[in-house]
Amino acid sequence: MLHLVQPEAQLLTVDSLRVCFARNVPEGTAVRGVSFSLAPGRCLAIVGESGSGKSVTARALVGLAGHRARVHARGLNFAGMDLTGFDDRAWRRIRGKDIGFVLQDALVSLDPLRPVGKEIGEGLRLHRAIASREELESQVIGLLKLVGVQDAEIKALQLPHQLSGGQRQRALIAAALALDPRLLIADEPTTALDVTVQAQVLGLLEETKARGKALILISHDLAVVSRMADEVLVMRQGEVVERGSADQIFREPQHAYTRQLLDAVPSGRRRGSRLSSSPAPRLPQPHGRLLEPSATRSSQIVIEATDLVKRFKGPGGILRTVVDKVSFQLRSGETLGLVGKSGSGKSTTARMALALDLPDEGAVLFQGEAWTTLTERERRARRRSISVIYQDPLSSFDPCWTVRRILADSLLDDVETRQERHKRVAELLDLVGLSPAFLNRRPLELSGGQRQRVAIARAIAPRPKVIVCDEPVSALDVSIQAQILDLLGDLKAQLRVSYLFISHDLGVVRYLSDRVMVMRDGRVVESGNTEAIFAEPQHDYTRDLLAAVPTLLGRQPQSRRDRDAVAAV
Amino acid sequence: MSSSEVLGGAGAFPHLLRTLARVRTVPLRVYAAVTIVGFFLAAAIAPKWLETHDPLAIDLTASLQAPSIAHWLGTDQSGRDLYSRIVEGAGQSLSIGLGATALSLSLALILGVTAGLVGGVVDTVLSRLFDVLFALPTLFLALLFVTVFGTTVLTEIIAVGLGTAPGYARMIRGQVLAVKGAGYVEAAKALGHPYLRIVRRHILPNAMNPLTAMMTLGVGQAIIWASGLAFLGLGVAPPAPEWGALLNAGRNYVIYAWWLEIMPGLAVVVFALSVTVLGRYLGERLEGKS
Amino acid sequence: MVANSRLFWLARRLASGVIVVWAAATFTFLVQCLLPGDRAQIIINVMTGNVGQASRQELAAVNAKYGFDQPLGVQYAKYIWAIGHGDLGQSYQQHRPVAEVVAEQIGPTIVLALAALIAAWLITILTTVLAAGRDNIWSRLLGGVQVLLATLPPYWLATILLVVFAIKLRLFPVAGGNSPIALVLPTLALALELSGFFGQVVVSEFTRVLEQPFVTSARMRGMSDLGVRFRHVLRHAALPGITLSGWALGKLLSGAVLVEAVFARQGLGGVLVTATSTRDIPVVSGVILVSAGLFVLTSTVVDLTYGIVDPRIKLT
Repeated sequence: MLHLVQPEAQLLTVDSLRVCFARNVPEGTAVRGVSFSLAPGRCLAIVGESGSGKSVTARALVGLAGHRARVHARGLNFAGMDLTGFDDRAWRRIRGKDIGFVLQDALVSLDPLRPVGKEIGEGLRLHRAIASREELESQVIGLLKLVGVQDAEIKALQLPHQLSGGQRQRALIAAALALDPRLLIADEPTTALDVTVQAQVLGLLEETKARGKALILISHDLAVVSRMADEVLVMRQGEVVERGSADQIFREPQHAYTRQLLDAVPSGRRRGSRLSSSPAPRLPQPHGRLLEPSATRSSQIVIEATDLVKRFKGPGGILRTVVDKVSFQLRSGETLGLVGKSGSGKSTTARMALALDLPDEGAVLFQGEAWTTLTERERRARRRSISVIYQDPLSSFDPCWTVRRILADSLLDDVETRQERHKRVAELLDLVGLSPAFLNRRPLELSGGQRQRVAIARAIAPRPKVIVCDEPVSALDVSIQAQILDLLGDLKAQLRVSYLFISHDLGVVRYLSDRVMVMRDGRVVESGNTEAIFAEPQHDYTRDLLAAVPTLLGRQPQSRRDRDAVAAV
Repeated sequence: MSSSEVLGGAGAFPHLLRTLARVRTVPLRVYAAVTIVGFFLAAAIAPKWLETHDPLAIDLTASLQAPSIAHWLGTDQSGRDLYSRIVEGAGQSLSIGLGATALSLSLALILGVTAGLVGGVVDTVLSRLFDVLFALPTLFLALLFVTVFGTTVLTEIIAVGLGTAPGYARMIRGQVLAVKGAGYVEAAKALGHPYLRIVRRHILPNAMNPLTAMMTLGVGQAIIWASGLAFLGLGVAPPAPEWGALLNAGRNYVIYAWWLEIMPGLAVVVFALSVTVLGRYLGERLEGKS
Repeated sequence: MVANSRLFWLARRLASGVIVVWAAATFTFLVQCLLPGDRAQIIINVMTGNVGQASRQELAAVNAKYGFDQPLGVQYAKYIWAIGHGDLGQSYQQHRPVAEVVAEQIGPTIVLALAALIAAWLITILTTVLAAGRDNIWSRLLGGVQVLLATLPPYWLATILLVVFAIKLRLFPVAGGNSPIALVLPTLALALELSGFFGQVVVSEFTRVLEQPFVTSARMRGMSDLGVRFRHVLRHAALPGITLSGWALGKLLSGAVLVEAVFARQGLGGVLVTATSTRDIPVVSGVILVSAGLFVLTSTVVDLTYGIVDPRIKLT
């Protein structure tokens, strides 16, 4: 448990913290009696899915749980101060100065209209820690250098959108570190970052910890937590279901929920093993027409892309080559994983396979026939054979349409009678694990996972040969992600479709794909059999990508090289 | 902090109930607005049912009386009952308001949708046209029309309708462009649906969503503009007791008989406010907010 | 480089402004062509103040003087040519150049419109920063009051203000005068309504931005609520209001004409009302062209302001 360190050495002690949102008690109770303590130089991770109360817990520690929130605690001590009786003025004195807070997604956590340097210096100015303008400037630049931002003098004057995602997140951390706080709270600090940037940001947080700061890390990403944390709290619906050292939690999880969470993480899991406990969907045999397996043999090539080039007009009217000479083949019944950082051209490649963007050079053949060279009118009838699942299903649904209408609209025109249509829609819904009660809901009335299920149902409705999945699970919680990945796996086995699967999450890609294609700056750097690539990456870039992925304690690392490194320790 | 994942079954049911419950809790102000708008519509259609006196009957013995039980809103200099005159005037004021809004929205809809859908040169030309018409103050445009064609109900409708159209046209064009770029339009394209079907089923309905709200908001504004014309003494000629004409007449007596100015103005404000409340509510409902 | 692209942008803006004015001129010309009845007859009636049928010679003289006997194309070319040289034509009634009439009276109207714009912004900013997005009665009240204000006809409000504050309470002069004190009530009458429109957009944006993570971030650095509202949120919330200010000009000019009538102020109001009732078409058209020009200027200023408040926008 957490009492290994002497109590007087604790920087922060929290005793049965409760937060409720006044409007609807007890439903609105977001945090139900959370206790923990934290010593300097230690990292406590709070893990849980959305709605678990982890963020509210963290915000309550700086008195910002929300203006409707009621916060109660038997004890809340920080550095010898009793925080329970704090008023707004007292809170403001410690916010930023003694407790630094890093929010997720720096693009929206930095004021988009103000230069980055101003944001970083804001805390210094507020707490009157600087004497002059010159001192402020030099401090800000020093902070940017501390977090490893190159050209700090220039970056300080730029606006957040002119910085890269990694630089923004560093700047946000710099702002939190400005007054050298004793406790740093980071709420999902690496969500939305590419793996290599994520690794750098985590490294930065580790350095901070090494300087003797206490660190609270809020995350849904178990791999990140397992790299950083000394102690772990697992939260679910406002309660701590399990606590212990990181080693204990990851190697010998006691609570069923913790085990479920760990099982849901695809990285390092063998393909074919189930990630969630949900059963495989039943094939509606009597109406097998929906699922008529395609007559194609497994070796047949369904999509053949040759030397695709796509250029877009960048700022200033300069053409930028987004995809450069990309070729690939997708065979029937196969899953081709497409990995790469954001901006590597993987989504544009997929859009060209869908003929939603047309290549400037090269062409895509679909089932051996012309595809991107057709006119839209010629292509229209065949579009049904190739479906798409987007990352953000909400925007891909007409907000006014019900689930029933969305699905009926995507059925083939060979369904004539109304009854048949209804029956087919119900079948589809059943196939993706949703009850008929959802038929009359509108997209806004669905949760993220439910929306993605409807999106999958829509994609399989016209009996496609290929489904392009563009980051289909990256916006979902782990356990929901596990269910969706399982569903995709089951459907592939039953419908014999091919997937072109795009993800920045290497674990997900490895779990699902037969073959992998690694993209960087619009070019394919490496492609081949999934296991071969993950075991023996040939290209440095692939190796860097793999090395940057944090691995769960007690799981096999992603590549053999990592494994060797672990063995050497 | 959304609720946890529910895979249908029992979990879906309470949600449905909550949705139904939300439908039933229409805010009180909306009921009030419906009642008021209903009253004025009734006054416009069948004023005789609601009038307590003959709006044109002159009774010099009862001139300039303050509001009382006999004369709910008082009387004017000729002893005519103000309440009955306001009821009588509703017909003309509302038809100018509704007519101008109908004209302006039809124009805006046709031009805005064309500009948004067709794009290219057509869009550029139409957008410029909106800019130009937008650049001219509504009242000045109305005055130009009155100067050239003289004052009739039709002139006022055309003047106010033309004056307010470019603002709406811009809004509709923007909406069409936004919907055109929406994910669900691409999703429909990926399903192989023909362009016209996408336009009919997705783009038009969604682009026209804000129209209901705009229409109700527009009626109030159109009535305010038309009354403004009459207030300047340039409205449709008396004796028709249009609200603006009542306001104009009341100006001269405002020091001794405040009700002559306040009451017709209140009629304009209360009506405009009610349609605004109604419009905002409808707009929120149509956008899917609770 | 930067200064150059700014200048280039400004030049392009003004060029497109010229197009707007040209199109507005075409519009007024077309409307005049649609004039029912004989224009010369109307002009004679306006000039003499009589209603009756003029003789053929009289009509021919007027037709020749105003060029109505020439082909429409020639008339149009002359009209545009004249406008290009700042000649807005002759007033039928006052027998002097329209440009002169407008120039004489436009000053007070612009002063009134500008004062109202500034006042509307002050009212909006103050009420928004203090009350918007709070969980209290004032916040809810603010929303309701703004909807109400936006439906107030400015001429009616002006009359009420005049009666209450000038006639009954004698706090302000009753009519006329160009002193600053005489400007207060007309300004308020226009600004209150406008602040209702501004307020609705600004408050809804303000409430949205108040929940943004970067605002929470600022609070987590120890910034006070008022500090957050002024330093971070207001700037974002002002953006849609700034866009609206261009549109507000037309509204303000229209409103100013009505309010001027109530307070018997100098300005375009009097000119327009007289011109309309006497069918003095060149004056009405002239005022419209001038206001189109003003709109072009205002929207350029609005875009420049927008660019300053939102540095992400590049004016190219």
